[in-house]
Amino acid sequence: MARRPASIARRLAVAITLILGAGGLVVTVAAYAYGRQAAGEAYDRLLAGAAFEIGRSVSIAGGGVVVDLPVSAFELLALAPDDRVFYRVVDRDGATVTGNDALPPPPSVAEDVAFYVMDFAGEPVRLAAIRRRFAERAYSGPVDVFVGHTTRARSALAWDITAKALLILAAAGLATVALAAFAVRSSLLPLARIESELLGRDPKDLSPLHVDSPQEIETIVAAINRFMERLSRRVTVMQTLIADATHQLRTPISALRAQAELATAEDDPDRLRGIARRIHQRAVGLGRLADQLLNQALIIHRADIAEREPLDLRTVAVRVTEETDHDLPDMGRELGLELPDDPVMTRGDSLSLVEAAKNLVNNAFRHGAAPVSLAVAALPDGASVELSVTDHGPGIPPDDWPDSGRRFARAAGSSTQGAGLGLAIVNAVAEAHDGSLVFSRTPDGRFKAALRLPAARGSR
Amino acid sequence: MIRHLPAVLTGLAVALTVTLAAADNRIVTVGSTWDDSRLRLSIQGSTDIEPFLPVMEAFANRTPGLAIRYEEILTNDLHDRSTRACRDGRAAADLLISSAIDLQVQLVNDGCAQPHVSPGTAALPDWANWRDEMFGITFEPAVIVYNRQLVPPAQVPRSRFDLIDALRPADNLFLGRIATYDIERSGLGYLFAFVDAQHATTFGRLIEALARNRVVATCCSADIIDGVAEGRYLLAYNMLGSYALARALVDPRIGVVAPADYTLILSRAAVIPRRALRPDLAKRFIDFLLSADGRRQLGEASLIVQVGGTENEEHPLLSAGASTLWPIPFSPALLVGLDRQKRRLFLELWRSSVTQARD
Repeated sequence: MARRPASIARRLAVAITLILGAGGLVVTVAAYAYGRQAAGEAYDRLLAGAAFEIGRSVSIAGGGVVVDLPVSAFELLALAPDDRVFYRVVDRDGATVTGNDALPPPPSVAEDVAFYVMDFAGEPVRLAAIRRRFAERAYSGPVDVFVGHTTRARSALAWDITAKALLILAAAGLATVALAAFAVRSSLLPLARIESELLGRDPKDLSPLHVDSPQEIETIVAAINRFMERLSRRVTVMQTLIADATHQLRTPISALRAQAELATAEDDPDRLRGIARRIHQRAVGLGRLADQLLNQALIIHRADIAEREPLDLRTVAVRVTEETDHDLPDMGRELGLELPDDPVMTRGDSLSLVEAAKNLVNNAFRHGAAPVSLAVAALPDGASVELSVTDHGPGIPPDDWPDSGRRFARAAGSSTQGAGLGLAIVNAVAEAHDGSLVFSRTPDGRFKAALRLPAARGSR
Repeated sequence: MIRHLPAVLTGLAVALTVTLAAADNRIVTVGSTWDDSRLRLSIQGSTDIEPFLPVMEAFANRTPGLAIRYEEILTNDLHDRSTRACRDGRAAADLLISSAIDLQVQLVNDGCAQPHVSPGTAALPDWANWRDEMFGITFEPAVIVYNRQLVPPAQVPRSRFDLIDALRPADNLFLGRIATYDIERSGLGYLFAFVDAQHATTFGRLIEALARNRVVATCCSADIIDGVAEGRYLLAYNMLGSYALARALVDPRIGVVAPADYTLILSRAAVIPRRALRPDLAKRFIDFLLSADGRRQLGEASLIVQVGGTENEEHPLLSAGASTLWPIPFSPALLVGLDRQKRRLFLELWRSSVTQARD
């Protein structure tokens, strides 16, 4: 069974839950620790206050320690309303003056106030101990006051603080979730618009999408648009290729058919043999044309998908001269080669570039006038390089230059046979390399067709 | 009449039991026979048997098979016994009801009580519920009792200020014929005096005035109120309103005033000992006492007193504004009065002021 694709919303929800969960745990622990500390400090002050008040009520009368226990001290302690209260006043001999005899003294006596926790009467008890010193004729020495209470109010306050912190956290968490849900929804809204735009489109419409979208999704739209552009270009190329192929194949096939018809009506063996020879020649020519068409279709396809590697245009030119000699053995015409001493670097697919250049050369041989020369040069602007073919023929009329690479089928139909197809391939290769096909006439009147490409680092 | 038959029979039984009981501690059994019952609730209380009996009967009537044994016991004895039992890991009874709320606070503070939470206890005001272990079940004002035949209406003091003013002339009506609790012997008297001393600056002037008029500090509500009825005393200060009102309802000679400056309110405290044998029954009884039915029963027994409202000829209690009712809160602050040194100092102050004149 196919896995359902992951949902952004669900992933976000899981992430937020994890973050909030972990954060919540940390905050809970921190809030409880803080709450305990805050509650502890608050109630310790209460204890200390009560202890000091009791301490103040101690006096020496008749040679003995007298404690006039202040009610206010207990009212202070009663601010922790549900806590049990313990106290004890001890004289210098450790004898209880008043209070609970069993109340334990602090582990160590501090000069100011000492706090300690003991288990007493079945509950943990927090105690404060203070010491008051007397230097009277009748009594000289310290009197210790211990005051304690159970920890119910402290725990309640600590939990109260924790609960409030958690409440705030929960509210913040809910707000975060709501905001995240809203943000995801609104930021994914353009995707739905893109979807509906694409679905609502005519299948033949490959024009760029125009959808308002945020930066992050803009890249997707751009990618879709780039893809559509490539698709559109290739569809166009393929359409024209097919149209051209049809056109080019139609003539030799009708010729073949005509010869074959002649042959059926011919009785004379000699003339029949002549017809058969012509049919053979035509068939061979047709085969080569078909090869060429397939080859060229392959090149166009390749130019679009092949990986572009750094290469020296001079090697392309050299390979072109080698292979052109092969392809056109019967033409016997010279191809001049002008190469600079330094490498001319660009990025591209060598095979496509070689085929494109071969097309330019073949066009020059077929439709131009000798001498034909192939040149490679880095342009003075430093940003581009070009591979150019010049001949002494009339070339393409300047009015047709802008269209020459594109509407080749019509142009080819109206002018010279096959030229359009070749130029369409060159143009396709040039565009696939982010370059262009440029026609010009040189100052000395030669016709120049150049494949201009962006320079790669390494060329000068 | 049939409905009242069980009550009449119980009354007979009570009379028997009470007469057979020990001289100091009177014991009564309500409901089923104690030895045969499986639902046995034992209560120790400082409240007199007579007013409390109908309340217990009402509870026993609604719980078939329940036997309640109530032991009437003085507050100090009740505290000593329950403290000792707590220390020994026992319980003196299943429920302890005492008017000595300071001692009850100490019992709870010593960890000798167990908590009980119910809608009834939750509805109690804060001052009448400490730690969910000590519950105020009654509402009894501290009042001035006077003899209606011997004290002219115009001279009846309505507040402590009135009383201080009335006692000022050297040859006033009340000279030597005014009584209050002997706070050395009566825990309740001590508690009222101690709370008075905390609450009001009038206290010093009042005991000074009482002492000047040779106040009789004596023991026990019943004796003092008898004295007022018989004319031995014209006026008694800080009497427990429940006793006074119960007597006033049947004795036209007795008048009761809730002081208008402030009226202390005492609420008897019920505590379930930690090791009670039947805490479930004790809790049910407390919930009954806090219910509307129970409160009505306690009202009929004059243990819950409506203070305030208009002065009523039928109702002998003179009014005090509701805002001047000062309930004594169940709080550790009551422990101060129990402190041995504090008690000694307070009693010394009292003794130095008040002439001891016992009849």
